[in-house]
Amino acid sequence: MILSQKHLLGLKGMPRQDIDLILNHAVSFKEILERPIKKVPTLRGKTIVNLFFENSTRTRISFELAEKRLSGDTINFSANTSSMKKGETLRDTARNIEAMRIEIIVVRHPAVGVPYFLAQCTKATIINAGDGTNEHPSQALLDIFTLKEKFKELKDLRVVIIGDILHSRVARSNIWGLKTMGARVAVCGPSTLLPLEMKEFGVDVYTDLNRAIADADVLYILRLQMERQNSGLLPSLREYRERFGINKQRLKKVKPSLVILHPGPINRGLELSSEVADGEFSLILDQVTNGVAVRMAILYLLGGGDVESSGV
Amino acid sequence: MDEKAMERTLSRMAHEMVERNKDIEHLVIIGMQTRGVKLAQRIVQKVLEIEKRPIPFGILDITLYRDDYRAKLKQPQVQVTDIPFAIDHTNIILVDDVLYTGRTVRAALDELMDFGRPQSIQLAVLIDRGHRELPIKADYVGSEVTTSQNEEISVKVKEIDGEDRVDLVELETTK
Repeated sequence: MILSQKHLLGLKGMPRQDIDLILNHAVSFKEILERPIKKVPTLRGKTIVNLFFENSTRTRISFELAEKRLSGDTINFSANTSSMKKGETLRDTARNIEAMRIEIIVVRHPAVGVPYFLAQCTKATIINAGDGTNEHPSQALLDIFTLKEKFKELKDLRVVIIGDILHSRVARSNIWGLKTMGARVAVCGPSTLLPLEMKEFGVDVYTDLNRAIADADVLYILRLQMERQNSGLLPSLREYRERFGINKQRLKKVKPSLVILHPGPINRGLELSSEVADGEFSLILDQVTNGVAVRMAILYLLGGGDVESSGV
Repeated sequence: MDEKAMERTLSRMAHEMVERNKDIEHLVIIGMQTRGVKLAQRIVQKVLEIEKRPIPFGILDITLYRDDYRAKLKQPQVQVTDIPFAIDHTNIILVDDVLYTGRTVRAALDELMDFGRPQSIQLAVLIDRGHRELPIKADYVGSEVTTSQNEEISVKVKEIDGEDRVDLVELETTK
């Protein structure tokens, strides 16, 4: 029982058995969160640095909690209070961190490929917590875990990802992961925010929301990333809300078993109305709870074993 | 040990437990994953038959408390822990199939302490095969077996393996 890789860089190409292994472990870890003492000694003596070059609340807190619940020693690093400001290169930062004998690096960076680069230039285990518009594997794994809790089996489940697909690493990781699990994935959004390569990914592409959600089992609503909308790809936020915003009105003709996911933070009243976000279809808070359990599973599976001391 | 012998042994152990814990009011039984759970369930059933009173039953998985996590390239599969009651002030009987080095029991004791403060913990094992590495002793022993370190005790239970059997098997030496 072992993951086929040393790092968690992305879900593209990750074998089904690795995903299953992580999800199965997450079930056990979820139980720990219900215990009176929510902590196990497994990662005692392991040091983990959370290297965040981009803002984050949920993902960082979730990773930090997961690390602490496993008794790892955690160091937080955020780019705007660090020596990066003094012009240190990424490689030097990583090398220096490594020189302090850190075993696991959880990294988020605005540039695509940074986790891959770190995996090559350090000996530490790298966990990708989001690289640019490329991947956010732990998010997709917790989404898949949440869907599995609800539906048991993901085969032929119809998942529609709605919003700014172009800039979304969450969408990409979910597409890879969900397809590996056998789900049928579609994307829906304004055509300027739908990358051309989507058809090659083997997903259905919609620009009409009503058609996209008609027989959907899951609506995965992406956050409209305001910080990436200055390039004129959207005429106006109001138009976006009118055409792609999910509200109660829109959900009149959907399957009764429909569920709604959102990676957070929500722009309430834009991509999702408050009524729906807090309503019966929403699994958004389950996603957050499950995030800690899934990240514990990832850390457990990647953090153990030590080639030098195992004598193999 | 065959099916009949295992049945008799578990019955005897259940009687010993009842005798020793006169008042079973605070008695709970916790089985250790994987085969200890099945043995514990049978003991719970037998205690019910003797005392006509059900006793609480829980499941413990000690994987996350093991002391060899760092040394292994392969992590053992983490299984479910399910203790659906508060263990404060209870008298726990911990059930496992084989007692060997005592390391598993050490892990179980540490884990149980994180769940609360039991009044006492007793240990019941089907087979005690010796070679202890820690100062740990069982309170209820099904059978003591003298073994050498290149042998292994194989415990099979109906619920998992389709039959009740205990065998002493010689390990193939890999070196």
